[in-house]
This record gives sequence, C-alpha cells and structure tokens, in this order.
Amino acid sequence: MQFTLNVRRYDPEAENPAPYWREYTVDVPENATVLDCLIYVREYVDGTLAVRCSCRSAICGSCMMRVNGQARLACATKAKDMQEAAAVITVEPGGNMPVLKDLIVDMDVFWDKIRQVKPWLEPVEPVPEREYLVPNETILDLTVAMNCVMCGACVSDCTSLEVDKNFIGPAALAKAYRFVDDPRDDARQERLEDLSDYGGVYDCTHCFFCVEVCPKDVAPLERIVEIRERAQGAGVENNAGTRHAKAFEGIIRDSGILDEPMLLLKSIGMNPVEQMKNVPGGVRLLRAGKLPLASGPFHHKIPGHGNVKRLFEKVKAGQEA
Amino acid sequence: MLEHDVLVVGAGLAGMQAALHAAKQGVSVAILTKVHPVRSHSNAAQGGINAAMEEDDPWEDHAYDTVKGSDYLGDQDAIEVLCSEAPETIIELEHMGVIFNRGSRGQIDLRAFGGQARKRTCYVADITGQVMLHVIYEQLMKAGTQVYEEWFVTSLVRQNDAVCGVIAMDLRTGELHLIKAKSVILCTGGSGRVYEPSSNALICTGDGYAQAYRVGAPLMDMEMVQYHPTTLPGNGALMTEGARGEGAYLINAKGERFMERYAPNMMELASRDVVSRAEQTEINEGRDINGCVLLDVRHLDRNTIMQKLSQIRELGLEYEGVDIIEEPCPVRPGMHYMMGGIKTDIEGATFVKGLYSAGEAACVSVHGGNRLGANSLLDTLVYGKRAGTSAVLYADGISSPDIPDSRLQEDREHINGILSRSGEQGERAAALRLAMGQTMHQHVGVFRDQSGLEKAQGIIATLKERYQHVSVDDKGKVFNTDVLFALEVGLMLDVAEAIVASALFRTESRGAHYRTDFPDRNDDDWLKHTLVFSDESGPRLETLPVTITQWQPARRTY
Repeated sequence: MQFTLNVRRYDPEAENPAPYWREYTVDVPENATVLDCLIYVREYVDGTLAVRCSCRSAICGSCMMRVNGQARLACATKAKDMQEAAAVITVEPGGNMPVLKDLIVDMDVFWDKIRQVKPWLEPVEPVPEREYLVPNETILDLTVAMNCVMCGACVSDCTSLEVDKNFIGPAALAKAYRFVDDPRDDARQERLEDLSDYGGVYDCTHCFFCVEVCPKDVAPLERIVEIRERAQGAGVENNAGTRHAKAFEGIIRDSGILDEPMLLLKSIGMNPVEQMKNVPGGVRLLRAGKLPLASGPFHHKIPGHGNVKRLFEKVKAGQEA
Repeated sequence: MLEHDVLVVGAGLAGMQAALHAAKQGVSVAILTKVHPVRSHSNAAQGGINAAMEEDDPWEDHAYDTVKGSDYLGDQDAIEVLCSEAPETIIELEHMGVIFNRGSRGQIDLRAFGGQARKRTCYVADITGQVMLHVIYEQLMKAGTQVYEEWFVTSLVRQNDAVCGVIAMDLRTGELHLIKAKSVILCTGGSGRVYEPSSNALICTGDGYAQAYRVGAPLMDMEMVQYHPTTLPGNGALMTEGARGEGAYLINAKGERFMERYAPNMMELASRDVVSRAEQTEINEGRDINGCVLLDVRHLDRNTIMQKLSQIRELGLEYEGVDIIEEPCPVRPGMHYMMGGIKTDIEGATFVKGLYSAGEAACVSVHGGNRLGANSLLDTLVYGKRAGTSAVLYADGISSPDIPDSRLQEDREHINGILSRSGEQGERAAALRLAMGQTMHQHVGVFRDQSGLEKAQGIIATLKERYQHVSVDDKGKVFNTDVLFALEVGLMLDVAEAIVASALFRTESRGAHYRTDFPDRNDDDWLKHTLVFSDESGPRLETLPVTITQWQPARRTY
C-alpha cells in the first residue's frame, strides 16, 4: 500500500541551517507503522534521514515524534490510521526539546528534569535480609508508573512546559510518584515537600495532553493529582499551590464567583517580597483586561450563593461518610 | 585524552551491573553505549528472572533444569555459580527498587516458565526486563557514573597481546576518539539482526562479537541460535513465555494441542528448542495457519490477562489486530537469542588479556545448546557483577597504556573510505543486510543440513565481497545513522560467517542446533564446545571440553 509522508527535516551542517519539509511516497505492507515507513525511506530512498529507533514494539521509547501534530511512538502508530485522518502523513520531531537533526531531539533537558526528582529508592532502614514485604495491590499500582518508557511524548506536548521551562514536567513527576507511592522508600515526606514547590505538581495546568499522548497509559496528570493529594494529606501545605487550591475553594464557597485579585493575594501568602514580585505581572494582566477589577476590591456575592455553600457542605459530608 | 581504568561497552543490564560493581571498588569507570541506557534491549525480556527462592527449592534443582535445558552443553561449574547466586541477586534487585509482583504474604511471587520442574520465575507483570533496566539505571544515576551516551565503538585497541582501549565515534558530532582503558568489558548484547526476521531490536547487531573476534578472542558455540516459540509473524515481536507459564495453549490448524505428541509431560512448557521444533514441524507438514500456529489464552481468567499479560495483549492488538481475550493469536518460531558468544571464564575474562564480557555478548557457558526462559536476565546480573569485579582486579595491576595516535587514523581512513564512495561506485548496506538475514533464516534456522549451510556460507562470502564497496547517502558528521548502519552491517557479516562455520562444524543435533543430516545427539564425539577464531584465511574451528560436575549426560525428554 502507498503512503505519503511529509517529513520535517533539519540539517545542522547545512550552510544556513533551517527546517524544511520533504515529501516521500513509500510502498509498504498495509499494516506498516509510521516507523516502518521511515525505515523504508532511510534504507531505500534517502539515507540522510536521521531517526532514532530500536525495538519496533513500543518498549524502548526511542522513536517518539509528532505524527499528524501529536506526539506518538512511530512504531506504535499505524500509517493507515494516520493517512485516513489526513491525506498526507505529517512527521515532525517531538516538541519542547531542541532538534539536533531531522527527527532527533536533544533529550538532555528531559533527563535533567528526571534527575531533579532524585529518581532512586531511598530504602527504609533497616533493610531486611530478604525482600521487603509489600501488598500486591501496591505493586500493581506502582506498575502503572513503571510502565513509563521515558519516550518523552508527554514532555513534547506539555503546554505548561511550553511556557515555563522551570516546570519539572509530566514524565519526571510520574517518575517521582513511583517513589512517593513505594512503601520501601524512606524519603517520602521530603519528596512531597520538594514536589510541591515552585516548578512542581502545582505548575501543571490540567490540559490533559500528557494523558492523551502517553503510549503506555501512564497518565502522568493522574499521577500528579495523586502526589498533590498525598502531599496535602501529609500536611505539606506551605506552598503557593496548596494556598491557591484552598483560596479557590474558600472564595467560591463564600461568594459563588471567583475573585481573581484575592485569589492571587491568597496564593502568594503573607510574603511582601513575593507580593512585590507579582506586581508587574498584575499590571500586565490589568492592562490586558484579564483582571475583572469591576468586581475586584468590592467583590460581590452572586445571588443565591447560599446554594453553592450548601453544595460544598453536601460534598464534604459525602466525603466524610 | 579520554582515559579510564575500566570501560564498559553497552548499557543493558549486564553493562550497567558491571559498571556499578566496578565503580564500587573506587576506580575510574565509564560506560560507552550507542543508545541511551534505557533504550537497551534488556527491555524486551518480558517474562521474568529465575531463582530458587523457596525453602523447599534447593538451587541445585534450578541448576539441574538449566543443565538439562542446555542439552548438557552448559558448563556445570558456571551453571552452579549462576543458580547458587540467583536468590541473593534477586534480593539485591528488590532492595534497589524492582517492584516484583507479590504473593499473599507480600513476598515475591513466582510463575511457571518453560523447561523447569516447578515455579521459579520472579516477575513484574510482563515488563520484567523493562522495570529492571529502568531501576538499575536509577542506581547508575545515583552513583553518577559517567556515560558516553550515543557513542559507537569502531574497534578495540589491542597492543602487546592485551586490549587497552577503544576507538569510538561520538554520534552527535561524528568525531572519532581514542579512549584508553586498562580493561574493557563488552556487554554489547546479541545479534538478532543477523537474521530476518528476529524478535530483536534494531540495535542488536552483535558489535561485540565481531570486535572481540577481530582482536583474537574466540567465539564459542555460535551455532546455538535460539528460536523463540511465540513471535508475531508481522514484525517478529515477542509474546512472552509467561503466557504459557500462566497456562496458554498452542494449537494447530486442526485445533489440536499438538505439543502432546512432542512433549507429553511438559506440553507447552517444554524447552524452547523442543517447542520451536514442534511448531516448525506442524507448519512444515501443513497443519499451519498462514505459516503460523496459534497461541490461545481464551480459557484464562480475564483479570489474569489484564494484570499479568497486558503488554502482550497490547502487542497482539497493535500488530496483529487480535484481542487475545477474544481470539487466539498467530505465532511462529522466531530468531531470539544467541546462546553462543565471546568465550569467557566464570570471572568474565576472555582469552585476550584486558578484555572481559558478560550477558548475551558472552558465552560462559551457562546456556549451552538451549537457554531456559528467564535465565538470561539472571545471566546478565550474576556475570555482569563478576566481570565488573574482575576487570577492576586486572586494571589494578597494570599501568596506563601508551597508544600511538596513528591507531585512530586507521579507523578514520576506513570510515572516510565509506563516506567518499559515490552511490554509483557502491551499494547501500540495507540490501546486504536483508540478503544476509534471509539467508540465515532459511538455511541456519530451526532445521539445518550440510547443503543448506554450504549455500549460506557461499552467500555470506559474496556479501562480504560486496561489502567492500558499501556506500552511504549521508556524507555529514552529526548523527550520521547511515554510516553507523554501514559499520554495523560490516560487523554482522563477520558474526554470520562465524555462526555458519560453527554450524557446519558440529555434525550432530543438540539443543537449538538441529541437523537433519545428523539428527541424533552424539555425546561420544560432540560433548564439547565449538570455538571459532578469526584467521586471515577465514574462521578456524577448535573444540573445548564441557565442564561436568554433578550431572552426567542423559537422554532429554519433556
């Protein structure tokens, strides 16, 4: 079957290096993957095409790239499905990482973030002579996070990382969860505190792209939410994220409508230095009309906000029951 | 100048284990790997790792099953080391953080695997290798071990009868470097790509076999090539033996569980060589479904499949469009593992001073004629540790090597030769590899005979001739994967030549090596290893006695 691929190329050794597009038509079996097509190109059409690949069965994580605009493992993506979605299959390198050549990106930034979460077990002492005894349910839960093959698809398409390079990102946070959730790990509290800091779990904006693109069902966002819950459960609350969540809840409960300036103030907390740091951003928001000052200092409650309050009480009673 | 006491080549389980244990001794250790460590092929080991973990399971029973599985070609001293050190190795891994599945008391659970008299396989769902690889990489990050990531060894440097470094290309820049090392440990894995199809990853090109062979280290039992009974016809991907461990059936076109004719006691859990031969016989005699038999798990509990075999369910869906919960999946024997490799002793030392090896690259030999499922992960860790430790001991006793710069020039000229050849003058490497792979599968596969092997020998020789004119499209330096592949194919042709020569030499049938013209095992003449050396005129064959300690050769039935 014939497939046409439009591949974004980049040759760093060209005289004036700049990305460009090249179209290839290949004749391969109907059930070929996008990677099969690219290997065919590399072997028989154009040997200059650079692509990382190895296992061909979605376990090594080498061939992450954007196909039809979304991060995927090329070896786990059927060319036919892609061609049905768009007449020409679009192939680009993964996002949020610098391109080295063609479809190969520099993953150093990815691994730097993984290392940031101290991704190794700090064993609970005393280390037993035999294995630690662990319930199998815990192991099954950990297996979800350990399914991660570090392909970087979630990082490629993470919208928070796109605007904030300081964000640890979905892959590293899912990796961190693997230790937070492990009863054999002794650094849980310290990890929860670190992960709740600037750049950590509260910097995720819930866009769900990481859940959508993960080829191994790790669902990083769900792991991030679980870390937040565990952190709050463990009393890790002295951070902007927790204050933000609590202020959000309180304002809605009491007035039924969000008071954004108040939310900002409460999130920052009683720290004049941090408050000053946020003034320029506040001014910019104001100018752009993003701060609804009309309600601002004279924030009002919406009519019938008592119903909102009752809803909160009902949910809370439900949780306690 | 780049220099280390110990340089490990390859960052799969064996390589990382060797590096971690070498680094513990406080010497300068680095790993060089052509892919990032977690991309290594140890990932693909799905089913588990064997160890006699239970009190009523003495390690000697594990050793006996391994000896029998090897068709009595495994060296029993090496197998004793493997099996007696297995339980402590598992505990060490568990303490590192491997999340082995648990039993009712929270202890490590065991599953059944082929060729073993009882349950003995520790596992993490069907991603055991992946979890182990990622966890040992966590330890490497913790230790801060230096990794030359995406570097490729173009040759080993041998001076005064000892290996003392490597020439390697930094794939990011295309620059060649000399890296001095008092000892070098090759943990470069297997060579599945010598065959087409193969369950192996594209990186499994047997680099270490060829490089060791070229500097005079002999390869042992290279004719012993394992065909795994359950690989997918589409892309050769593996469907874990764990499926049969959990109770899966193999059925033919007539719906028969045909293994009852070949292995009435162990059925689907007989040794891999036995099951693969049975399948191939069914296929050859026409009881096949498009060249395949069927792997059937429909009678298994849905939860078992979802929790313990979820990855192979995904593979079936992804590559064959089959949901194993609903219908049986077509499978066939596929090239999977090299029992043979660089000959080492039980300390990981090769025949060449300064050169060590472990894992699939090495042949100690613990697998002999046929490896038991879930013994390969164990091999990487037990012997990775030993190789790492002994490479340090050797390095301790010698001074820093002195290597002339001209040595770098040889490799540079070879690569420039490939780069400078135009398309019209030469031939791309892909066609050569495909011809090699198909030849090996056709003539050096499950069944072999002299005329087929001689045919293969002739074809490989011709391909080696044609390789002299190999050319590439990519003339650049940065990530020139075209040149990398051409270099790999050059190495693979040497490996193919060694396999064919060894297969021709062994005129009997044992383990995975089945000669239709010599269908019986012949202990009188062939209870010995084949050893192949690289001579100027081609491969030179010798033999080496098999070490027997407590288990005398006996007839092998399952």
